[in-house]
Amino acid sequence: MKPDLSVMIAGIRMKNPVMTASGTFGYGPEYADLVDLNQLGAIVVKGICLAPTKGNLTPRTAETASGLLNAIGLPGPGVDGFVREYLPFLRQYDVPVFVNIWGKTVEEYAEVAARFDAVSGIDGLEVNVSCPNIKEGSALFGTDIRMFERVVRAIRAATKLPVIPKLAPNVSDIAEFACCAEACGADAISLINSFPGMAVDIETRGFKLANKTGGLTGPAIKPIALRLVWLAAKAVKIPVIGMGGITTAEDALEFLMVGARAVAVGTASFTNPDTALNVVRGIEAFLAKEGLASVSDWVGALRE
Amino acid sequence: MQLERATVLEHIPIHGGYNLLRMRAPGVAPRVRPGQFIHVKIPHLEECVLRRPFSVFRADGDALAILYKDVGKGTRTLQYLKAGETLSILGPLGHGFPDPNPAAYPIIVAGGYGMAALYLTARTAPVKGIAFFGGRAAKDILCVSDFEALGWTVRVTTEDGSLGRKGIVTDALDEWWLNESAGRAPELFACGPGGMLKAVAHRAIERGWTAWTSMDNSMGCGVGACLTCVLKVREGEGWTWARACREGPVFDARAVLWEEIE
Ligand SMILES: Cc1cc2nc3c(=O)[nH]c(=O)nc-3n(C[C@H](O)[C@H](O)[C@H](O)COP(=O)(O)OP(=O)(O)OC[C@H]3O[C@@H](n4cnc5c(N)ncnc54)[C@H](O)[C@@H]3O)c2cc1C
Ligand SMILES: Cc1cc2nc3c(=O)[nH]c(=O)nc-3n(C[C@H](O)[C@H](O)[C@H](O)COP(=O)(O)O)c2cc1C
Ligand code: FES
Repeated sequence: MKPDLSVMIAGIRMKNPVMTASGTFGYGPEYADLVDLNQLGAIVVKGICLAPTKGNLTPRTAETASGLLNAIGLPGPGVDGFVREYLPFLRQYDVPVFVNIWGKTVEEYAEVAARFDAVSGIDGLEVNVSCPNIKEGSALFGTDIRMFERVVRAIRAATKLPVIPKLAPNVSDIAEFACCAEACGADAISLINSFPGMAVDIETRGFKLANKTGGLTGPAIKPIALRLVWLAAKAVKIPVIGMGGITTAEDALEFLMVGARAVAVGTASFTNPDTALNVVRGIEAFLAKEGLASVSDWVGALRE
Repeated sequence: MQLERATVLEHIPIHGGYNLLRMRAPGVAPRVRPGQFIHVKIPHLEECVLRRPFSVFRADGDALAILYKDVGKGTRTLQYLKAGETLSILGPLGHGFPDPNPAAYPIIVAGGYGMAALYLTARTAPVKGIAFFGGRAAKDILCVSDFEALGWTVRVTTEDGSLGRKGIVTDALDEWWLNESAGRAPELFACGPGGMLKAVAHRAIERGWTAWTSMDNSMGCGVGACLTCVLKVREGEGWTWARACREGPVFDARAVLWEEIE
């Protein structure tokens, strides 16, 4: 018997627990020739704010040992551009679409959420509070618990869509942020976003990224992500979406085992565009081998 | 575009640190258009999360070839690949060179791997034109006999004078324009280092020629998703980003903001 891979995340039924991580899968069309989008658990599109944005100067990425540093800086088409140019394409597929949103101020976050609330064909909002490049005053939304709470509350009040705050990894107490999101009415949380980092060049004596610093992703951050997902999943009842360095089905099964109810594949899609679908197949084969009827029987299977 | 496991048919050093890697890729090879590239997962290099882009040199039936130079970790490791081994390739990618305008006189200007990247354009051009190849020294000049076999005239310039004319490639282009062009408007196809492309583009824009330049931007995903490979192109009075991997790597020289290119 085929194991049941379906999961419910933030009230949305997904065929399987494997999503694409925001910013690593474009807005959908980019990978559509290579990947059958209908076989994904969900698509999370690149971060979108109110108006079109240009992002950072180049170089925007630098490869590091088993990882990637990026400071793309959130270029995007804005709410209207996304709805006009990409949403009709995505809606041809039978796959939930989560829009990753960001803003420069609390009000802007709320406005973006409200705008998407009025648009049909979107299944939920993932809230990027943890991009290293967005600031209001000196506090970062993703690392200051008071700012974080204000943003999540404002978005919650602005939309009936499922809200999924995406947590930053560089905080001293991840459970505090997870619990805060839950208390503010979030439907799920996702983690981790990229970890702040830097790369320099001894030949040019300069930075490798135009932005000087960037966010580290890929296999290099997996152990950090796994611990944080484990801590967050223990702290809350709402579903946790785990990500950070997932490259194989075994990686995904580890995140599910420590309590994530879904996972996202990011940087590994650059290495191999079919990673997410291979992870789905690998999870299915593993569950069958273990004689488990559904993926939910595996979630939290860690022996503590 | 597709993801394919290609099988190495031939892998031999050429000269100047360049290697020829020919592979069987029945899915990708027949679809390659001049100026397109493939994105290669370097085998036995698990710690590198990114693929490496290489222009397609030749595509014949089920086989395609690239010419590449050892410049770093990826290209160094690639050299160990043996005939019969397989590698994952993604392609054909990008927007290559357009078909040459039959009414114009085709001119190729190339440096480095650009000589390989322009071979398919030379092969498909209805008019055989002149190819200007430039490099630091004789060892940096590739593919001369390949172009000559197609009926093209090849003019070589080297900075040290060890092969062809001493100087830089645009000197030879200027000379042609002054002495031989007889007023014929050329259509330029260029691929090479940024500085060379910029010099070619300036001449083209100044003289009202059409020029197509293949940009050498470093890449992430190769398919348009990550926004790593962007360059500034003109849009109305201002500019916008274009992705070298999707809208490019080949751009109309008039579209590129050359003041931003080093
Ligand atoms: C569209 C396109 C087509 C290309 N076609 C060819 C080709 O046909 N043959 C070929 O030999 N090379 C080609 N290149 C360049 C090739 O992709 C790089 O040389 C390669 O990625 C370097 O990988 P590496 O791991 O060996 O070097 P890394 O360890 O990544 O880098 C080593 C050094 O090379 C420099 N470098 C890295 N990428 C590039 C680049 N794109 N251009 C210039 N310098 C770079 C780095 O700054 C560094 O100094 C192409 C690049 C592009 C964008
Ligand atoms: C190039 C790139 C762009 C990204 N853009 C976004 C973004 O727009 N919004 C966001 O919330 N996360 C973004 N991320 C973070 C990823 O969604 C993910 O959290 C992170 O990459 C960790 O997963 P991974 O190790 O599997 O890549 C981006 C990551 C990369 C590599
Ligand atoms: S390399 Fe990713 S968008 Fe061009």
